[in-house]
Amino acid sequence: MSKLILKTEGDTHVIVTRHFAAPPEAVYRAHTEPELVQKWMLGPEGWTMPVCINEAKPGGKIRYEWAHPQRGSFYLTGEFLALEPYSRIVHVERMHLPDPTPDNHVETRFVPENNGTFMTMRMILPDAQTRAAMLASNMEHGMEASYVRLEDRLKSGLARTGAA
Amino acid sequence: MSELLPLDLAFAAVADPTRRAILARLARGEATVMELAEPFDMTQPAVSQHLRVLEDAGLVVSRIEGAKRPRRLAKAGIDAMDQWLAMLRKALEKNYDRLDEVLATMGRNTEQKRKGEPQ
Repeated sequence: MSKLILKTEGDTHVIVTRHFAAPPEAVYRAHTEPELVQKWMLGPEGWTMPVCINEAKPGGKIRYEWAHPQRGSFYLTGEFLALEPYSRIVHVERMHLPDPTPDNHVETRFVPENNGTFMTMRMILPDAQTRAAMLASNMEHGMEASYVRLEDRLKSGLARTGAA
Repeated sequence: MSELLPLDLAFAAVADPTRRAILARLARGEATVMELAEPFDMTQPAVSQHLRVLEDAGLVVSRIEGAKRPRRLAKAGIDAMDQWLAMLRKALEKNYDRLDEVLATMGRNTEQKRKGEPQ
């Protein structure tokens, strides 16, 4: 069921790949049309995206604001650098926590595959420290919803191996 | 940041290529400082300095064997990092599972539109 692959490459790259059962045009639109982005780019359970600005043209602005009833809010800004419908999006982004994180340069490609789309998202961070920090901060935001699942995982892991 | 948490220390520790190489070497088994210094063309004090960072981050432990202090990977620290990476993967998976639903709805809408078109 887990179709997503997440790996690091060299010191500064993070690569995410996944297959979608829809044509590249649909996947591309879901990445560039605000009313679609707002439906899925929400991270862990409980977060919503009340503000979604997505000017899908070179130089166009990106602003995503997330909110959670208990955990508050934070936002991301960015700019589009290049768009090739329906195969490639290049943009830069930074999170504001509230201080801005260093720029994350992201190239997302959509290639037709088995009646669907194979997506490759390549994130390039300025240096190894920044990548470590980005992985850590993203994980922090992923933490809340994952705690319960992690507990389950640990329980089943411990039960399986019998290890302490 | 006022206080560094163990995981911050761990990720900071592995942001250095030499320390990652030391971890990779230790993944193959226990090694002394001398054995670790050799392939890296480094002085023993330099290696000891890196080992201290890795030990503080909870990624490496040592034991005493006579005059030697062989180092090995600390399973708990390495597992903790693995779990954090697994959490990021989970958050992304959650996003893309939702995207699957959005895409399915888009597909249905397109079909309905086609069906609803006047002949």
